[in-house]
Amino acid sequence: MIRLPALSLMTALLFAGPAMAATDIIPASALIQPAQLAGELKAKPPTILQVGFSKLYQQAHIPGAIYAGPTNSETGLAALKAEAEKLPRDATIVIYCGCCPWNRCPNMDAAYTTLKAMGFSKLQALYIADNFGQDWVDKGYPVVMGQ
Amino acid sequence: MHRRRFLTAAVAAGLCNAPVQARQKLEPGMMAPAFSRTGFDGKPVELAAFKGKVVLLDFWASWCAPCVIAIPHFRDWQARLRGRGFQVIGISMDDSTTEAKAAAARLGVNYTIVMGDAKLALAYGGILGLPVEMLVSKDGRILSIWRGETPPALIEKAVRAALG
Repeated sequence: MIRLPALSLMTALLFAGPAMAATDIIPASALIQPAQLAGELKAKPPTILQVGFSKLYQQAHIPGAIYAGPTNSETGLAALKAEAEKLPRDATIVIYCGCCPWNRCPNMDAAYTTLKAMGFSKLQALYIADNFGQDWVDKGYPVVMGQ
Repeated sequence: MHRRRFLTAAVAAGLCNAPVQARQKLEPGMMAPAFSRTGFDGKPVELAAFKGKVVLLDFWASWCAPCVIAIPHFRDWQARLRGRGFQVIGISMDDSTTEAKAAAARLGVNYTIVMGDAKLALAYGGILGLPVEMLVSKDGRILSIWRGETPPALIEKAVRAALG
């Protein structure tokens, strides 16, 4: 059996780049669960911003979600700021990604921090434990495919 | 893991003309959707050309930590098992080709890599989170699908079993 040499693992982590911060700064009080958001879509949908990679959004996204990412890059942060500038600071905003497991996501921290710094007071983060496919699409929650 | 079902090879053959919204179901036992891309080395890459080999498709991105951590394993298997008819094909879901190429170079990738897109991803059942690995048999059928971070030993065991 082939084992990964420790050096290779260290090398991989070193070369992973600075954009791989875990999602560890978003408070639990700011989290919204998929089932809750799905319920809110039927009543009074919040403004939803998808801050992940565009190929994920193009495959599937929450109805009404605006693409504003990926926020692990300067370009993506600029896109997020541009979308956010259009919104009143007291707007209820939900950000989500789902590119990878929650604690591996390179986008959510940056998006949350940026919007907080812009003064958005009703900011929520959709808690996607594993990925958008498993935790949203496969659960049968509303989704727009392929646009 | 084994949750997606792909329709038929005939549908796969028409992949390039399929609308983006065509999300195919894909499951082990079905034919792997055909695709034709240009590799990072500038050479054409067609899945059909790998018939007779066991192929590991790795959907990854440069910013995906679990993806990057797995790459040394794939690199190692490519070097050790190539002579037995094994081939890794990386399919980058990066938005930026430049960043994907730079990451591949940094990581010393020694196997074929192409850029993916939403159409290809949907043909493969939707790549709605990374990483995703799929093992393809010598006759082009999906043997296994792993979605999310997966112990490399599990994949390696399946690779070696497929090689016989």
